[in-house]
Amino acid sequence: MRCCAASDQSVLLYLGEEISLATHERVLKLLRLLQKDPPAWLRNVQPAYCSLMITFDACRVDHAEVESTLRQFEQRAESFRQPKSRTVEIPVCYDAELAPDLEEVARAHNLKSKDVVRLHTSRPYHAYFLGFAPGFAYLGDLSDQIATPRLDVPRKKVPAGSVGIAGKQTAVYPFSTPGGWRLIGRTPLALFQAGRKPMELISIGDQVRFRSISRKEFSQLASV
Amino acid sequence: MNSLIVKSPGLLTTIQDLGRPGYGAIGVSPAGAADPVALRLANLLVGNEPGAAALEITLLGGTFVFPEGGTVAITGANLSPTLDGQPLEMWASNPLPPGAELTLGPTKNYARAYLAVAGAFQVKLFLGSASTHLLSGTGGFEGRALRKGDILRFSAPPHKIQKRRVSQSLLTSLKPRKVLRVTDGPQAGQFSPEAREAFAHQTFRVTEESDRLGLRLEAPPILSPESANIITEGVSLGAIQITPAGQAIILGVDQQTTGGYPKIANVIGIDLHRVGQLRPRIDIRFERTSFAVARALWIERERLLNSTEHLFT
Repeated sequence: MRCCAASDQSVLLYLGEEISLATHERVLKLLRLLQKDPPAWLRNVQPAYCSLMITFDACRVDHAEVESTLRQFEQRAESFRQPKSRTVEIPVCYDAELAPDLEEVARAHNLKSKDVVRLHTSRPYHAYFLGFAPGFAYLGDLSDQIATPRLDVPRKKVPAGSVGIAGKQTAVYPFSTPGGWRLIGRTPLALFQAGRKPMELISIGDQVRFRSISRKEFSQLASV
Repeated sequence: MNSLIVKSPGLLTTIQDLGRPGYGAIGVSPAGAADPVALRLANLLVGNEPGAAALEITLLGGTFVFPEGGTVAITGANLSPTLDGQPLEMWASNPLPPGAELTLGPTKNYARAYLAVAGAFQVKLFLGSASTHLLSGTGGFEGRALRKGDILRFSAPPHKIQKRRVSQSLLTSLKPRKVLRVTDGPQAGQFSPEAREAFAHQTFRVTEESDRLGLRLEAPPILSPESANIITEGVSLGAIQITPAGQAIILGVDQQTTGGYPKIANVIGIDLHRVGQLRPRIDIRFERTSFAVARALWIERERLLNSTEHLFT
């Protein structure tokens, strides 16, 4: 574990230096423990692939005290038993009109569109963390056969529910926002809903599977 | 119930409070007022809780009508507020007669003014906060900036609000500054000595591409470290990240919660409200300080803001 000051009111805690499920498991355990038993000075926790950014109340504690408390938490976290991860299924319509970049992604890899769909739906993904916007989950790892870099120029507006890929990651846009990921489909489900429990459809640590649906099924689900 | 009718909204007017920290794990940005000190003082001037919902008015004001009257305070950037054509005192509480029309003009100096009403605006809270987060369309008034014809409600307290002014000494200590104090960012050590030197000494100009998400700065490029692609990690408010092209960006209150650019420095807590007051075409510099100094200054400021007897005259 490496602890590094990020600002006068936050530290970055690195539990590993690479993207791996083992490192992420440690991130998750520490997050759960901090959520279960939050120190009085804790303002925010932002988990990511192999780190947690911890914001603290600087009127109560300094960096040294935060670090020593976090080290104790990290030790306790080792024996923390995690609940089994949930599996979430996301229905996605990959029809061309809802998938503006699908053909180009296929062409870039000498594949047909239906191969990209097959590869995208053929494996479960791990939800590493939520960031960018409420409910936006970074999912990995995408098959190397369809991994594609971000667009050079991001779109000013991406429709809510758009399924995108960027490098070896995939995600669903919960809201209509700007976005630079390549869009290969769309889900009719609401990824984030205030008042729902939980508000986010995909939580950190979940297993996610995409299922291909028809345009008709998309419309039916969208109207529910 | 009292009301405020938006006759013209100005350039960008949103409902803000002190934001919603604590939801990083579900991707929710803390949001909140870009200048939280001005928001707190506006609320305290009219007898509200310091973190009550108020209007954040950006660069160019609008016109607001109060059919039933009320008591208001305007703080932050000077947008030359007038009440029925007469100049309205800023950084003070002001009674408004029924039918009063409040107009704000273009900014004379900084970026954002705050308007609080006694009793505070009533909007539906999202995750415990009234703040508008424009990117996701959540919080505030229907998750968006105010438009012509919108009506905001507030229940004015039955008692008379005592006339209050922010003390001159406090105003002086809060004055916007063009030299922002910073501490080292988490990747500071990965930048070359030349890059760090350039960062510490050159002047940066705030560009037009600046908003609540962040301020993009213009200056000769700062060379990114060789291993510029760091693994995406959480980012802190006021972090100064350097893009692969060498551009510096100061992350603002509506920031994305994670990012993959290296951070060379971070604006210290007590200067964050000043970041919220920077507008395009202003030149700034950075001055490096220690975590211990930054923390001592923060504690002193918080003590001052929490002890109302020294704030007002």
